[in-house]
Amino acid sequence: MIIAESKPLAEVAGLIQGARKVLVVGCGGCVTVCLAGGEKETGILAAALRLLRQKEGNPLETVEVTLTRQCDPEYVDMLEKYVTDDVEAIVSLACGVGVQFLAERYNKWVVPALNTKFAGGTVEHGVWEERCGLCGECILYKTGGICPIIRCSKSILNGPCGGSQNGKCEVNPETPCAWQLIYDRMQALGKLDLLMEIQPPKDWSKSRDGGPRKVVREDVRLA
Amino acid sequence: MKTESKLEKLLSQGHFVVSGEIGPPKHANPEGIQKHTALLKDYVDAMNLTDNQTAIVRLSSIAAGVHVLQAGGEPIIQMTVRDRNRIALQSDLLGAYSLGMRNVLCLSGDHQSFGNHPTAKNVHDVDSLQLIKIVKDLRDEKKFACGEELKGNEPRFFIGAAANPFADPFEFRVLRLEKKINAGADFIQTQCIFDMERFERFMAMVRERGLHKKAHIIAGVMPLKSAKAAKYMQQSVAGMIVPDEIVSRMEKAADPRAEGVAICVEQIKHLQTIEGVAGVHIMAVMWEEIIPTIVKEAGLYPRPKAE
Repeated sequence: MIIAESKPLAEVAGLIQGARKVLVVGCGGCVTVCLAGGEKETGILAAALRLLRQKEGNPLETVEVTLTRQCDPEYVDMLEKYVTDDVEAIVSLACGVGVQFLAERYNKWVVPALNTKFAGGTVEHGVWEERCGLCGECILYKTGGICPIIRCSKSILNGPCGGSQNGKCEVNPETPCAWQLIYDRMQALGKLDLLMEIQPPKDWSKSRDGGPRKVVREDVRLA
Repeated sequence: MKTESKLEKLLSQGHFVVSGEIGPPKHANPEGIQKHTALLKDYVDAMNLTDNQTAIVRLSSIAAGVHVLQAGGEPIIQMTVRDRNRIALQSDLLGAYSLGMRNVLCLSGDHQSFGNHPTAKNVHDVDSLQLIKIVKDLRDEKKFACGEELKGNEPRFFIGAAANPFADPFEFRVLRLEKKINAGADFIQTQCIFDMERFERFMAMVRERGLHKKAHIIAGVMPLKSAKAAKYMQQSVAGMIVPDEIVSRMEKAADPRAEGVAICVEQIKHLQTIEGVAGVHIMAVMWEEIIPTIVKEAGLYPRPKAE
C-alpha cells in the first residue's frame, strides 16, 4: 500500500490560514490502513484545526467527510454536495493522488494534510517500511525476492558496495544491507551462482519515461 | 598492451607498482594539486584523483587529472556513479580521454548523506560494475552503453575497480571481485588494509580462483597520523577493520606520526611477500607529503621507468 504520514498541524493550519470554512476529506484506502488519513484521523485533524484557530481568535468551521477512496472519480463525485460555495478550502488526507484528484475535480484551494512516503507494508504494528521502488520492471526473481532498487541505498544491481558491514548498511546502522539479505537468501536457496551473472544497466524508461505512466487494460474499458 | 597507460606498462612488465592519492581542493585553485604532483611524481607511478570524495563538492577529478598531467604525473581519475547517469559518464569518459587521461577507477561513490549536500538527489543510474563494462565496451567494442557504434576515436582506458576485503558478506567479496574482473577491470585497488590476517585470507581465495592472474591487485595502505585517527578509522568508517593492536601501538608511541609511518612501511613490506599483490596504493589523506618518506623507507625508491 501507499504509506503516508501527517504533516505537522502548524503546517496544515498555515496552508488554510485565510479560510473561514474548510472541507476536511479523509480517504478510506491505504492511508486508513497506515493510520494517517482515515475517518478517525480526519476527525482529529478537523478538531485540532478548529481548536488552534479558536485560540487565535479566528474561528474555523469544518465539514468532515471520508470517501471510500480519493483516487477513483466515482467516489470523488460523492463529495459534490459538500463542496458548497462557502467552502473556501479543501484539506485532503489522502496520498498525493487523492489531493490531485480533488484539485482536478473542484475549483477550490485544495491542500495536502499528509506527506506521501512510499509503497510499503506493515512490519509491526505502528511500523511501516518501504518495499517497492515502483520502477516498472520487477527484477525480484533475480535477487531472491529482496529489492535492491529500493532497499539498497545505492540501488546497486551487482552489489554489495564496500560499506556493508555486519549485515548493516553504511548509511544507517538500523538498516539491513539489502545485499547481505540477498546473499544469505540466495545461499540458502542454493542459487548463489545466479548472483555471478553481470546484471546490465537497468531500463529506467519503465520507471520515469516522460510524463505520467499509464496502465491500460483494454479488456475492462467501457468505451 | 591494451592502452597507453604508464601504469599498465609497469604492471605488465612485472614491476611492483606504487600509486598515491591526491584529494582535489574545495575551491578552484589548482596550485595544491600541482604542488603535490611535483612532490609525488618521482615516488609514485600514478596518482588517483578522487571524485568528490565523501560526497563533498571538490574540483573535478578530470580537471585535477589535467593539472597532474601538466605537472608531469600519471593520473588515475576516479569516477563515481553517484553523481552522473550513463549519458554524463560516457561524455566525461570521452572528454577525459581527449584531455590525456589513460586510467580510470570506477566506483559507486560515498553516499551523499555523508557529504556536504546530504539533501542532494543521487543518481545511481548504473552501478560501479556496470560502469566498468561501459568503459570496456567503449574501448574494446567501440560501442556506447546503448549498443550504438562509436565512430571515430574510442577512449582507451586502463580500467580500475575497487575491492573491499573488510566489508561483508566476506565470502561474497571475492566473488564480487571476480564479477568486476569479468566485467572488464584491468586493475584493482583495495580498501586500506590494517587487518593483515583477513587480507591474507582474502588473497588466498583470490588465488584459489586465479583472479590475481586476470587483473593486477594493488593493495591499499594508509599511514596513520595519530591514535585518534586510528580510533576513528576503527569505529566510524564503514567497511573498515582496524585491529586493536594497531590502535594500541599508536597510543603507546612517543612520536605517533613516526609510528604511523613505521606501521605503514611494515605493511608494505609484508604486502610485497603476498603472492598476487602487484603493488601498493598509498592513501595519505590530507598528508600527501609523507608519501616520499614511506616509499623510500619501504625500499621502493627510485621508481622504475616505463620502457
